[in-house]
Amino acid sequence: MPVNTPHVSLSQQPDTLGRFGSFGGQYVPETLMCALAQLETAFAHYKNEPQFQAELQTLLREYVGRATPLYFAERLSDRYAKPDGTTPQIYLKREDLNHTGAHKINNALGQVLLAKRMGKQRIIAETGAGQHGVATATVCARFGLQCVIYMGIHDMERQALNVFRMRLMGAEVRPVEAGTGTLKDATSEAIRDWVTNVETTHYILGSVAGPHPYPMMVREFQRVIGEETRAQAMENWGELPDILLACVGGGSNAIGLFHPFVDDLNVRLIGIEAAGEGIDTDKHAATLTRGRPGVLHGAMSYVLQDEDGQIIEAHSVSAGLDYPGIGPEHSYLKEMKRAEYYSVTDQQALDAFQRLSQLEGIIPALETSHAIAFLDVLCPQLSGSPRIVINCSGRGDKDVQTVAKLLHLS
Amino acid sequence: MTSISQRLATLRTNNQCALIPFITAGDPDLETTAAALRTLDANGADLIELGVPYSDPLADGPVIQAAATRALNAGTRLAHVLDMVRDVAPDLRSPIILFTYYNPILSLGIEAFLKQIADSGIKGLVVPDLPLEESSTLIALADQIGIEVILLVTPTSSQARIEAIARQSRGFIYLVSVTGVTGVRSQVQTRVKDVIQNIRRVTTKPIAVGFGISQPEQARQLADWGTDAVIVGSAFVQRLADGTPQQGLQAVKTFCRDLSASITPTLRVTR
Repeated sequence: MPVNTPHVSLSQQPDTLGRFGSFGGQYVPETLMCALAQLETAFAHYKNEPQFQAELQTLLREYVGRATPLYFAERLSDRYAKPDGTTPQIYLKREDLNHTGAHKINNALGQVLLAKRMGKQRIIAETGAGQHGVATATVCARFGLQCVIYMGIHDMERQALNVFRMRLMGAEVRPVEAGTGTLKDATSEAIRDWVTNVETTHYILGSVAGPHPYPMMVREFQRVIGEETRAQAMENWGELPDILLACVGGGSNAIGLFHPFVDDLNVRLIGIEAAGEGIDTDKHAATLTRGRPGVLHGAMSYVLQDEDGQIIEAHSVSAGLDYPGIGPEHSYLKEMKRAEYYSVTDQQALDAFQRLSQLEGIIPALETSHAIAFLDVLCPQLSGSPRIVINCSGRGDKDVQTVAKLLHLS
Repeated sequence: MTSISQRLATLRTNNQCALIPFITAGDPDLETTAAALRTLDANGADLIELGVPYSDPLADGPVIQAAATRALNAGTRLAHVLDMVRDVAPDLRSPIILFTYYNPILSLGIEAFLKQIADSGIKGLVVPDLPLEESSTLIALADQIGIEVILLVTPTSSQARIEAIARQSRGFIYLVSVTGVTGVRSQVQTRVKDVIQNIRRVTTKPIAVGFGISQPEQARQLADWGTDAVIVGSAFVQRLADGTPQQGLQAVKTFCRDLSASITPTLRVTR
């Protein structure tokens, strides 16, 4: 458990009430308070229990395929070479090589092991791009647990491949028609299910969002990304990276990479949100750039909302980023000026999707493409040859149909 | 106008279980909501819960979600709802309790929100996504302004939590009768009877049972179990939504009378 120490570092969050500064907390119906307390207790107990850790580490190695490589992207780096011969050294943390094709399984696996120990036989989850849904369906198949995935109807359409994968593994995918039929609505419906079936069901929330202890717990299951990166950097070049770059929807891949470096103030942390059709239009998902503090899905954080506090639908070409909220720890890191947040448009992301495919033979997820795209903005501002690590959070197989359609139209 | 506590205290003196209907403001429009408030007040309601439509109603089932979506699509805003209440509330015997999610409160600013609702004549506030741990600021400010903040107890609340919630809740204790969201259920879970007793053990404040209650028989059952009030929501919202506003209002009137009759002690003659 995080505790208040005399010297409170930026990484020693949240406090015992689940607060990251003024963000976080537990804004949920009373029905869930008991389950959240139970979950917090179970997590605190098992996270340091040798048997739990041994099982998790073995599965991460043998089932997920960790550790993932830290790959030097030579031709991508060359693109940003300066006339004076300096060039940023760009590395990809290859989370796309995980089983199921994204970082999401790190968390799904950790939570399913917890659920088993808490005696919950039924698992529910929300999904946007389908990566978290696939990861959850995967671990439920592996452990023989009943699995229900809530997914917006619009997302089911644009991520049809992932819907099939989930069903193939025995999960029930429930379409959510409310709102715009995307991640926000799927999350609301998953919470309603949990309120109803809380006594038998564990909710595997997929991001560092939601009520305490989820933002902390999901971070702890994802921080393996940053820990491996740190060890690999020390082994490869004997120093920490200069810049860490990741896309941000709810923010789990970014927090996973950032967190082990939060107290290393020389390491720049940069999160990239989805600007959709542009942050000056009404079609974007740039929560930290254009939102203001509020409460969504159980946590105080930045939220896209209108002047009455009604939640505004987000938009992004990437189904995993179009969420009008963001994990509370990101709001905290922004407010403390420890991390920087920028946004790139659908078009910039689509360009980067093709660029990485052509320069490195790696097809990134559309979510990940947002982080890749920001290199075009970032690199011209840099001097010398700084080492940049990008979280290559997912692979793009699920997006090829969407992109093919868009490129054909344009 | 009487406070929620006063109203319930009077009813308790008369050994009368109170009826608290819920409707969603602005569905299908605020004129109909105003008419519905008057109809309910004249046909057996003792207090009335008025829902502010919200984009992401986590604690609500399909009926109230759909009503909120219709109301928002019709352009209903909090300021319009409060204007309507300001017009209607002086004519009503029933104190009005506002039901709203937390973000619209935060968005306006807690103090400004409380002042505006108090100014419109609202007497109480239920915030379904604000549990005890997050509610102290709201309650402290509401106490100063004269708004009673009602907290919820559920079948999953531990006895320790019930005690802490009962201490902090103003007006009454809102007992959620199901693990679940709002909506019509065919039966009241028998464990509600136990929870009522568990609450009684730690407080003398009134108890109102809500979520899932849709039939006069269920209301009578709860009255027999000793609750001070029953709250009926989705069943009213659905009736108001079916057909034209006139048909909806007529259905609301009949249903309100039936519910009221079901919980009225036979000896009672007048209010």
